Amino acid sequence: MGIDRRKFLTIAGLTTLTTLGKSVFSSSPAGHDPIETGSETVKRLAMAIDMVKCRQNEGCAECTNICHKIHNVPDIGNAKEEVKWIWKENFEAAFPNQHHDLLEDNIKNSPAVVLCNHCDDPPCVKVCPTKSTWKRESDGIVMMDMHRCIGCRYCVAGCPYGSRSFNFRDPRPFIKETNPEYPTRSKGVVEKCNFCAERLVDGLLPACVDICPEKALTFGNINDPESEIRQILKSRHSIRRKPILGTNPQIYYLV
Amino acid sequence: MYDAGKIILGILIFLVLATSPFWYSKATGQAEYLPDPVILTKDTPGKDVCVMPTDYMRSSHMDLLNDWRNSVVRDGERKFVSPDGHEYKKSLSNTCMDCHANKTEFCDKCHSYMAVAEINCWNCHVEPKEEL
Repeated sequence: MGIDRRKFLTIAGLTTLTTLGKSVFSSSPAGHDPIETGSETVKRLAMAIDMVKCRQNEGCAECTNICHKIHNVPDIGNAKEEVKWIWKENFEAAFPNQHHDLLEDNIKNSPAVVLCNHCDDPPCVKVCPTKSTWKRESDGIVMMDMHRCIGCRYCVAGCPYGSRSFNFRDPRPFIKETNPEYPTRSKGVVEKCNFCAERLVDGLLPACVDICPEKALTFGNINDPESEIRQILKSRHSIRRKPILGTNPQIYYLV
Repeated sequence: MYDAGKIILGILIFLVLATSPFWYSKATGQAEYLPDPVILTKDTPGKDVCVMPTDYMRSSHMDLLNDWRNSVVRDGERKFVSPDGHEYKKSLSNTCMDCHANKTEFCDKCHSYMAVAEINCWNCHVEPKEEL
């Protein structure tokens, strides 16, 4: 025997009430992301690059050289397969949204040092199917775990800054001088700048910041209002790469 | 059963041959070949003991390495405190191989013997140059 109309309506009504009641009573106040920029409790590492100081030393590549040397980045010598962590890019390529033909010459012609932006909302992390790249809760660095990387290159496609390089072949023969303190990579993994996470634990600054002869790079915690980087950003006009994409990049360029 | 004698004899010969590796090593008191790695420990100042007791390292070094790898890469914890209170940097190339600098003996000999040669640590981690 089936149920009659009265019974059906009672059950349907009760079900609706319980569902509604549950969502009303269990809703908690909107949770907030503790690593959000602006919250001053959590460390958030960022870098400011002074383009005025940087362009004074034309042809300087100290940052690239030291970084690639200590991290065993190979020099494949072929633009299609090149691997890079930090390098110079011309203004138009680095800042397509800010560029126009009548821009003042010294800005237009000044190359920008580019590296991983350690975005607050990194698209590479969202697309990674193995969680081999993730944003560190403790300081916001976008890390890589080479043990997990399966080489699918979704992150390479996802990164709007071209900060990620893929190892199309075994990089070892292309490393001039291997630094035994740091691992190399193997064929088939993606690599990028790690903000020198291995140096930070020893209390050192990233190698590029340390070596820069013009002292153009400033590194620090932007959630600390007293930090050097915050003071600089307060006093100078800064731009970021492709901010319109909403990734909230953490490399600031002082122009 | 036809030719029962021959069949039973055949089965016996087969069994003896098939189990020969087992009773041979029992009879002679030793296996035909056992790896005998030369475990050299380089004298590194301040490091005169291993991170864990030898017995533990023999049986569970893979667990320790796996744990080190995960905690260093995923959690950024690079310090290891041994049961006797010493502090070490969690690093294969820079801590383990600092003392045990002979990879061909120390790692490869047993790993090849046990056919666990597919470890790919050394595709990326830099092995020390062996001058020993």
